[in-house]
Amino acid sequence: MNLNKVLKGLLVAVPVLTLAACSSNNETDAGDANANTNAPVQAVDQGMSDAEQLRQQLEALRQQNTIYFDFDKSAIRPEFASVLDAHAAFLRARTTVSVTVEGHTDARGTPEYNIALGERRAQSVQSYLENLGVAAGQMSVVSYGEEKPVDAGNTEDAFAKNRRAVLVY
Amino acid sequence: MIFKLIGKAAIVAMAIVSLKSHASLEIVITEGVDTARPVAIVPFTFVGQNQPTQNISQIVAADLMRSGKFNPVNVMRMPQQPQNSSQFNAAAWSKTGIEAVVMGTVKEVGLDRYTISYELVDVIKANGGVGQPMMTSSGRLVAGNNHILHSSEITIAGKLFRQYAHRMSDVIYEKLTGERGAFSTKIAYVLVRDKQEYRYQLVVADYDGENEQVLLRAKEPLMSPTWSPDGTKLAYVTFERKQSQIYIQDVYTARRSILTSFKGINSAPVWSPDGRKMAMTLSKDGNTEIYMMDIASKNLTKLTNHRAIDTEPNWSPDGQSIIFTSERGGNPQLYSVDINTKATTRVTFDGEMNLAGKFTPNGQAIVMVNRTNGQYNIARMDRTTRQMQVLTRTYLDESPSIAPNGSMIIYSTLHGSSQVLALVSMDGRFKARLPAANGRVKSPAWSPFL
Repeated sequence: MNLNKVLKGLLVAVPVLTLAACSSNNETDAGDANANTNAPVQAVDQGMSDAEQLRQQLEALRQQNTIYFDFDKSAIRPEFASVLDAHAAFLRARTTVSVTVEGHTDARGTPEYNIALGERRAQSVQSYLENLGVAAGQMSVVSYGEEKPVDAGNTEDAFAKNRRAVLVY
Repeated sequence: MIFKLIGKAAIVAMAIVSLKSHASLEIVITEGVDTARPVAIVPFTFVGQNQPTQNISQIVAADLMRSGKFNPVNVMRMPQQPQNSSQFNAAAWSKTGIEAVVMGTVKEVGLDRYTISYELVDVIKANGGVGQPMMTSSGRLVAGNNHILHSSEITIAGKLFRQYAHRMSDVIYEKLTGERGAFSTKIAYVLVRDKQEYRYQLVVADYDGENEQVLLRAKEPLMSPTWSPDGTKLAYVTFERKQSQIYIQDVYTARRSILTSFKGINSAPVWSPDGRKMAMTLSKDGNTEIYMMDIASKNLTKLTNHRAIDTEPNWSPDGQSIIFTSERGGNPQLYSVDINTKATTRVTFDGEMNLAGKFTPNGQAIVMVNRTNGQYNIARMDRTTRQMQVLTRTYLDESPSIAPNGSMIIYSTLHGSSQVLALVSMDGRFKARLPAANGRVKSPAWSPFL
């Protein structure tokens, strides 16, 4: 998992992330526990410009920006909760940053149906983030359906990689 | 057995369409030549100095073969090569099993001017009647000529040969089947070339893949081209602005205008039969719903209101109802909505999913993408008996579009690792593939009669 990388990125963001600490109270993840300890972070923080911090945070978030879905489904699988929590924490802290959630599907079914299904997936990520306190105005969704596969193959493996929502900053 | 047939069909197809090597789409007939009616297109005799580049009789033969209803025989199977009906030896042809013979001449009559004459002869009628004296009402004896189903003469420029050949095919097809020919039609499709910067192209070509014309090149996806009922415009979806928008573009002037750019999905446009309205899928209020827009006023009428996915509208030929795909029952199935009362009924029940429903031109059947045992194939449902017939055995079929005479369906499918267009006849007997020379081809849309 690259989750640690994301969280490392967020360590830098913690001083402005008081809300994030509250929302992750129920987390048992060890990495998250570290994220809540403010002291060492501030030391790192002082020598870094805000722009540099933002750049690092975005870089970390881009490492884990993809949520995968089951066939013909748009429900968020539990394993992606921590990834979305990290994005939510960042967006709450950085209210001037906006994100586009792209929805995609595999090649099965028709292109027009898949445009609708892709939008469902993107919307389900959007409402998940909204439930975590991200402002609606910071998010937009676009569905590409089956038009932009990451894997052009037609195996089950390729299909699984293509059924996704991507958070694009 | 099947392999042998495919092999034979492929060889015949190659011989006949060998002229078309420059087109992007080539036809490979995979099934159905054995059920087609044998006919002979005798190579036309040329009289003159400067032979035109287009070979009329070859184009007609390729058209008739592609219809799935005819099997134009090789020259070697022709007992003679008559130029006109007076040279026609009925007895010799009757032994061949060939049902009809097309013969003709091309005469150079001026600078790039050619006179084309041809006749279509019914072999069975000819054998019963040619040369036999017939009594007319005036009591005179004349030679019977009711075996000549059609004869025609025209003088045209060389560059119009292909167009005229398709018109000839229309006439011959109609004389032999009683159904209007659809050889003078076009198809629109999306060509994707992954290695190019402008990787998405909206292309219009003659129905046989000739005369390709790129209407639009884009870096972002292009989808769902659909023809206006008068055949002069296309509506399509573009992501050029990083969101879906519906445009209308004139096929001949290439001029275009934006129709919709709502928040969310702008998808699946389709013209009403009278050309005044556009049905489409929008998600501007959060859910995907079917809308009907008056094109002149841009007034919208919402036809569905359900939190499930509703998309892929298609008009009934009378313009009074729209079928669409909805997953309101759990899985995608076809439903019908009355545009006046908005009363909605479920249309399909067979199979795990049914999507992309299209009315046949006579309204008697609906063609769709059916999913059974995880396989996506083109199927046809009779609207009276509700019987469903799966027509194809190809893989991941989508985007069916029906020829304006209802004889054939063009669709997109996976062959090997690439998306190609394929054809299947309405009865499922004739099957062909149109692989692209370069790139993936999808979203075919067959034009109306032009």
